[in-house]
Amino acid sequence: MMAKNKNMIRNKKTASLRTQKTVSVIFNYLILIILAVFFLFPVVFMFVSSIKNNETQIIRDMSNIKAFVPYGEIGLKNYFDVFQQMPFGRFMFNSFFIVSSTVLAGLVLNSMIAYALARIRFKGRAFIISLIIALIIIPAEAVVIPLLLMVNQIGWLDSYQVQIIPFIVDAFSIFLFYQFFIGLPISLDEAAKIDGASPFQIYRRIIIPLSKPVFATVAILQFLFRWGDFLWPLMVTRGYEYRPLTVAIQQFFSQDPKVWGDIFAFASMVTIPSLVIFLIFQKWFVRSVASSGIKG
Amino acid sequence: MTDKELRLQKKSFKKRNPLQKKETLAAWSFCALPLLFLFIFLITPFIVAFIISFTDQRLISNPNLPTQFIALRNFLRLFNSSSFHQALWNNIYFVLVVVPLQTFLALLLAVLVNQKLRFINLFRTIYFSPVVTTMVVVAIVWYFLYNPGEGLINQFLNFISFGKLGPYNWLNDTSLVMPAIMLLSIWQGVGFQMIIYLAGLQNIPDELYEAGRVDGANIWQQFWHITVPQLRNTTIFVIISTTILAFKLFTQVWVMTRGGPQGASKTIIVLLYEEGFSMLRVGYASAIGVLFFLIVLCVSLLQRVYLKEERAVL
Repeated sequence: MMAKNKNMIRNKKTASLRTQKTVSVIFNYLILIILAVFFLFPVVFMFVSSIKNNETQIIRDMSNIKAFVPYGEIGLKNYFDVFQQMPFGRFMFNSFFIVSSTVLAGLVLNSMIAYALARIRFKGRAFIISLIIALIIIPAEAVVIPLLLMVNQIGWLDSYQVQIIPFIVDAFSIFLFYQFFIGLPISLDEAAKIDGASPFQIYRRIIIPLSKPVFATVAILQFLFRWGDFLWPLMVTRGYEYRPLTVAIQQFFSQDPKVWGDIFAFASMVTIPSLVIFLIFQKWFVRSVASSGIKG
Repeated sequence: MTDKELRLQKKSFKKRNPLQKKETLAAWSFCALPLLFLFIFLITPFIVAFIISFTDQRLISNPNLPTQFIALRNFLRLFNSSSFHQALWNNIYFVLVVVPLQTFLALLLAVLVNQKLRFINLFRTIYFSPVVTTMVVVAIVWYFLYNPGEGLINQFLNFISFGKLGPYNWLNDTSLVMPAIMLLSIWQGVGFQMIIYLAGLQNIPDELYEAGRVDGANIWQQFWHITVPQLRNTTIFVIISTTILAFKLFTQVWVMTRGGPQGASKTIIVLLYEEGFSMLRVGYASAIGVLFFLIVLCVSLLQRVYLKEERAVL
């Protein structure tokens, strides 16, 4: 009798624990979904509005839930309009060309100096390391004005190189590479040295293959920063030839009267490439951002 | 030591020396080009900024009016300029609101998405997605959402307050324009800090929580007494880096309001851009840049002090 009673109480307890758990899971999902709506609605709103052909419908829908419903005259008219009104392909090419050459050249140069600092003992090494750590603090915004003065004097305004070359070597990227390289076992280099490998061969055949994670991290962080660059290209591009997407869409947006369908189509086309790249390399993005933090 | 041994030693010395020389040469050849780039595009403009901040240098120099050394006049003018005060205050206001709010929200999101639930990766992806959306695009879309009369945000506030709130003229109201910009900045940036916190959370050993549970700590006690102290370094990093980013505030302001209405959303970098680029007063703008650098430097040094203090405590 007593034992049965105890059992019943225990059963009741586990049952109530279980319902408590279910309630908390449901509550968790509720919060997760509300937050997801908060983080998604502007982008969904942008994509949906961009495929509504009728401008007055976009304005009419903007104040209610219909803003998120693709209905009415759906199509790609706004997208065609954008291509007709401006050299959109040129802007897209400019952005891709500028960002990819900055990132690629940066991967080579930043990893090379980091390799020398992390793996070779030589005079001046300690000084260069502290110099680079000190340089991380200088924000680009603090030097844009004198840099503008300099590039203006050598006639670099309105060009690709003015948007690429000053940003290839980056102290923070060097630091990330350095931290990774210093963690690799030194015996690797020593073994290769005995086999008669030169420092460049060691870098090329041993360090690079082992360092894919840090290359991915630097590439992704640099891609994120460079793709969104705005202040510098706003200063150094005048005509459309060398203008990247960010400046192009801002100038299109600041023209009156605003045609919102076209603006949203333009905005969608700026967003899609980075969003697709993010979705493909998702895991790497998350890892890169995470590793930019802990050691900082 | 026999002669033979000595000779061998000498030999190995000779052998090692050229090798070391070769290595040093290789090291410098790896360093040369990157150092040259850093020197030309970062160190030189940095030094030039200090130098021309003491002159009346203009972007396009007038041959009849040579650039002159004017000592501290740029800085004195800045300290007495009401638009600089306004810009500095707006940045500080932004820091005071956004940094605590965004840090707290990032931690909350990280704790939420650190649970072992189905589809949790999907939620992580969604919360992070604004980070990969370019700020210019974000600013344009939110500009539309903040539309004075019929905008979605006004309608939403109106709806949840049963018609008591709004409509507001968000971007044209001197007291609402900064909060409006703060909201979209948090929306865009918080996913980044969430991921940093998530990495921090995953580094906390499970044993700590188990010990806590054995001692009868509930979820909240575990959060305050285990999670928060364990994340101290991460929190310092997040706070400092968000503060520095907040002082760099430019893109969203320039796209949405250009610093208006009446300078209510003007920031240090907006002022720097206007003075240096629109008005061509390079000397004056460089003085702004120097002050901006000093602010960032102080914030970064603060991080070092705090991290050191913690080491001393441990």
